[in-house]
Amino acid sequence: MSPAPAPAGRPYGRAAFLLVVAGGLSSLAWASPALRLLDSLLPGGAKALLPSQGWRIYTIGDSMPRFDPGTWRLRIDGLVRRPRELGYDELLRLPRAEQTSDFHCVTGWSVGGVRWAGVRFRDLLALTGPLPQAHALRFVSAENPYEDTLTLAQALRADAMLAYEMDGQPLSRPHGAPVRVVMPAMYGYKNVKWVERIELVAHPRDGFWEKLGYDRDAWVAHSNGA
Amino acid sequence: MAPERTIRRFSRTERALHWAHATAFFVLLGSGLVLYLPRLSELVARRNLIKDVHLYTGLAWATLIALLLVLGLGHGLRETIRELERFDADDLRWLLRRGGRAGRFNAGQKLNAIATAAFAVLFAISGFLLWYGERDTRFRLANTILLHDGLMYASLVLLAGHLYLSLIHPSTRHALRGITHGTVDAEWAGRHHPRWAALAEDPTRDSLVCEEFRNG
Repeated sequence: MSPAPAPAGRPYGRAAFLLVVAGGLSSLAWASPALRLLDSLLPGGAKALLPSQGWRIYTIGDSMPRFDPGTWRLRIDGLVRRPRELGYDELLRLPRAEQTSDFHCVTGWSVGGVRWAGVRFRDLLALTGPLPQAHALRFVSAENPYEDTLTLAQALRADAMLAYEMDGQPLSRPHGAPVRVVMPAMYGYKNVKWVERIELVAHPRDGFWEKLGYDRDAWVAHSNGA
Repeated sequence: MAPERTIRRFSRTERALHWAHATAFFVLLGSGLVLYLPRLSELVARRNLIKDVHLYTGLAWATLIALLLVLGLGHGLRETIRELERFDADDLRWLLRRGGRAGRFNAGQKLNAIATAAFAVLFAISGFLLWYGERDTRFRLANTILLHDGLMYASLVLLAGHLYLSLIHPSTRHALRGITHGTVDAEWAGRHHPRWAALAEDPTRDSLVCEEFRNG
């Protein structure tokens, strides 16, 4: 082909390209408020179409633990007077607590108004009698090697619980069936799923993500670089 | 039947760029949806594996596109980019549905290419931040995931239009041949891209077409 003719028209395309890139990058500052505004303006049905709404299922293993009500046991041991193993039915017979709270993931998504039901740690620990030197709870997940700890004081907060129901249904497999930690004031990675053991320990230790550099005290909006 | 006359629409470099991007896009979309949609996450469950697939496909995609761009600039890609980014009176008429004789790319195709390129840059930046933010909290911004998700939604809209026009719509789907074989039917080109077809078939008309451009 012979040399191209002198370019016709104006490079509006280049301007448009730069504008879209600049707009996208600036959205790192305004995306959340904009989404909240849209969420408040849109009618219920249309909200479902917004991006980044609802849960994402994060796992670290190759398959999700499977819950068998017949064989499942929750072990509570470590620095306690009476180590215990609880079956699923026994757990359900403990004083039931309910709450509605928001769930925040450290990666930036949130789910508002989740209805939880479960057992407060106060009632759970009363069964075993923590020793005076116990200052933290280590939650071991059936999803090996996931674990995380809360200090005793954190676990005894009024809005922390070991939940077995979510939004009126028994906790589903992706959400950690049969029980998970609910700690709304901290990011999701503290909310251990598929809990099968609670070990009372003297000092908090780094959990799965904390070994990779995440904050141990993962207060929402006040940790992990926020 | 008269033998089909064809003219060349896409060079090897252009086709390689298109298919490298398309292939990576589908792998990234598939693996990304598994990471994003709870039902798929539960079904596949092997999050680490899918994360790796997503990450390494993203890396391979960015490397390949960068390489093809750099190597291709000397092989006509510079001219292609110039064609894509320039808009003239004909493009405006085309967009307003008031005629407008298209060149090798009509105004819609130019906009699609520009949006795709801008999205690619934003996907790469937000993807890098998602990956690196897991390693260094200073780079974990609360909105990165929103940007990455929003781009996915916007890209799906573009993709739906692109697939409809290239695979289904009867009068435009012949264009698929251009991006697979490189050539298109001359008569089709004359109808859909008259300014370019005239030039491609008869390079001596350069001056004439130039004149047309200036008057346009």
